[in-house]
Amino acid sequence: MSSIVIDDLHVSVADKEIIQGLSLEFSTGEIHAVMGPNGSGKSTLAKVMAGHPDYQVTRGEILMDGVSILEMEPDERSRRGLFMAFQYPMEIPGVSNANFLRAALQARLPEGEELDAIEFYQRLYQKMDLLDIRREFTGRAVNEGFSGGEKKRNEILQLAMLEPTFAVLDETDSGLDIDALKVVAKGVNTICGPGIGILLITHYQRLLNYIVPDFVHVMSEGRIVRSGGKELALELESKGYDWLKARKPETVGAN
Amino acid sequence: MTSTELSSILSGPRQSPAPDWFRELQAKAWEEFEAEPFPARGNELWRFSSVKNLALDDYVAAPVFSGDPLSLARPRQFPEPAGRMIFANESLVRAELFSPALESAGVIFTTLADALEKHSDRLREHFMAQSARLGSAKFAALHKAVVQAGTFLWIPRGVEVRNPFEVFHLVQGDWAAVFPHTLIIAEDNSQVTMLEHFVSSNPDERGLGCAVNDLVLKPGSKLNYIGVQEWSRNFVSIQVNSTVAQKDSAALNLALNFGGKYSRLESVSRMIQSGARSDMLAISVARDEQEFDQRTLQDHQMPDTTSDLLYKNALHDRSRTIFSGLIKVEPGAHRTDAYQKVRNLLLSDDAEANSMPGLEILADDVRCTHGATSGQVEPEELFYLKSRGINDLSAKRLIARGFLNEVVDRLPEERLSEYLHQQIEARL
Repeated sequence: MSSIVIDDLHVSVADKEIIQGLSLEFSTGEIHAVMGPNGSGKSTLAKVMAGHPDYQVTRGEILMDGVSILEMEPDERSRRGLFMAFQYPMEIPGVSNANFLRAALQARLPEGEELDAIEFYQRLYQKMDLLDIRREFTGRAVNEGFSGGEKKRNEILQLAMLEPTFAVLDETDSGLDIDALKVVAKGVNTICGPGIGILLITHYQRLLNYIVPDFVHVMSEGRIVRSGGKELALELESKGYDWLKARKPETVGAN
Repeated sequence: MTSTELSSILSGPRQSPAPDWFRELQAKAWEEFEAEPFPARGNELWRFSSVKNLALDDYVAAPVFSGDPLSLARPRQFPEPAGRMIFANESLVRAELFSPALESAGVIFTTLADALEKHSDRLREHFMAQSARLGSAKFAALHKAVVQAGTFLWIPRGVEVRNPFEVFHLVQGDWAAVFPHTLIIAEDNSQVTMLEHFVSSNPDERGLGCAVNDLVLKPGSKLNYIGVQEWSRNFVSIQVNSTVAQKDSAALNLALNFGGKYSRLESVSRMIQSGARSDMLAISVARDEQEFDQRTLQDHQMPDTTSDLLYKNALHDRSRTIFSGLIKVEPGAHRTDAYQKVRNLLLSDDAEANSMPGLEILADDVRCTHGATSGQVEPEELFYLKSRGINDLSAKRLIARGFLNEVVDRLPEERLSEYLHQQIEARL
C-alpha cells in the first residue's frame, strides 16, 4: 500500500496565502472527495501537488510513501506515479494526442528502451472505446478544438494510459452535461481499485452519485474544516456550504 | 576538372551549348549583375540583414563530386515519387520518370540543358520572366548568367500527377558555388507537386547556393512546391521564388529551412487573374548563430484573388530571423482576400526575431489581415506536458515540433505531410 501525507501545508500565490495549514492523508485503494465553495483553495491544492511553478509552499510537507515531493519537478512527480487531471486542460497545437501519450509513456521507460508501437495503439484504442472517444482523436492536436466534455474525457484517457498510483481529479465534473459526466465516471470507476488512490476535487455533490467516495473532506479558507464518510456530501448538498461557515472550524485528520 | 582548374564564379557568364537567345540572355544578365550594387546596410530591402555575408570573391565553380552522391540522397528520398532527378555539384547523376503513363501523357521532366535544346520556345517564354523585386536582383542576374543545373517540368493540360516529382541538388567542396534552377509550368487544369532538396555533403564546408524557382500556373491548375534547404551551416543561401497564378489556379509553396549560415528567401506570388490563389508557407529552425532572412510579396493584381501566408520560425541559441512581407492589392483588385501571419517561437533568451509586416491596399472591399507574434514557450503548456512525466527539454522540443508541424499540416496530401513530419523530426 502506498500513501500520500499532506501535513500542515501552507501555499502562497503571488504572496497571497491560499492554503493555510491543510492536512490530509490518503492511500491506494481509497477514493477521497475534497469539496468546498469557490475560493476555498481546492484547485490550488491540486496544482501544488502536481508542482505548478507559480505556487509556493511556505510551510508543511507533501510526502509520497514517506518521501517529500516538494523539491521535485512536475515531470518527476508524474513518473513517480502522481497524476493530476486538469480542470482546464491545455491545448498543444500541432502535437497529436497519440504522440503526446507516446512521449509520456516513453518518459517512463529506461534509457535506450523504445515503446512498442503496436502494443501502445492496442491499449490506446481499448481505453478510447471505454471512454467513447472516436479513433480520429489520436491524430488530432492535443485538446485543440475539443469540446469541454471531450477535454475532460481526454484527461481520463491519459489517466487510464499512464496508470498512476495516485490521481488528483480537479473539478473533472465541471462543465459536463449528465451524459458526459456518466462517461467520465464510468472511466474513473474502471480505473479504481486497490492499486490507485484517488482524490476527487469537486464543487458539487453530483459527481459523487456516480463515483462513490470512501471519505469526504470539506475545504474552506485553505484548510480542511470537516471530514467524514460519503453521507457528508449529501448533508452538504441539502444544507449548503454556509452551514459550515456558520460553524467554528475544527481541524480534523482524514482518518 | 581538378581543383586547380576551378574558376572563380566572378570570371564571367558560362559558355554552354545553348540557343543564341539564351546566350544573349546570359551575356546581358552578366552585365546586369556587374551593374547592380551589392546590398548595403542602408537599403530598406536589406534592413536588419547581415549583408557582410554576401561577399562573392572566394567562391569557385563546384568541382567534380567525389564519392557516392546517391547515398546522400537516399535517406531523404520520398518513398514513391513520380520522377526523380539528382544533381551532384551541378552535374546530372540520375534522371528517372517512374511511370510510363506520364511520358505518354506528354509530361516533360528534364534538365534545363535538355529543355534548351528540345523545348526552347517554352523556355524562352518563361525562363526567369519575372524580375526579382525584393532585393536580390544582383544575385538573380548572377544566377541567370551562370546557371547550369536545372529542372524543367511541364505538365500538359488536364494531366493530374498525384505523386511528387523529386529533385536533389547535392554539393561538396569548400567554397563551391551552385545555382540550382527549377521551372515548372502547369497547363490548364493540371495538377503537380515538386519536392526539391538542397543538401551539403559536409556540414562544415563553406559554399554558396543561389537558387531560383519559377512556378507558372495556367487556368485551373494546382501546383505544390516544397523546398527543403539543408545546406551546410557555413553556407550562404539565396533562394528566389516567383509564382504567377492565372485564373482559378492554386499555388502552394512551402519552404523548409534548416541549413545555411545566412539564408535569404525571397518569395513573390502574383495573382494575375481572378480566382487565383497562393498559399505561401515556410518553417525555419534556427540554431547557433544562423540567420534566416525572409522577404515576401503577395501581389493581388485582379479581383477575387486569395493569398494566405504563414511563416513560422523556431529560434534557438543566438540565432536571428528577419521577416519582411507586403500584401499589395492593386487598383481594381476588389474582393481580395489576403492573409499574412508570422510566428516566432523564441527558445532562447539570446535569439532575435525581427518582423516587418506590411499592407498596401489600392482597391475597395478587400479583406486583408496581417500579424506577427513572437513569444516563448507558454509556461502553462510546458507545465501540462511536464505533469505527464515529460522532462523539460523533451517538452520544449515537443512544443516546438508541434508549432512547426502546424504549417506542414496545411499540405493537401497526407502522405507528404507525414513524410515531412519525419524529416523535421530527424532534424530537430
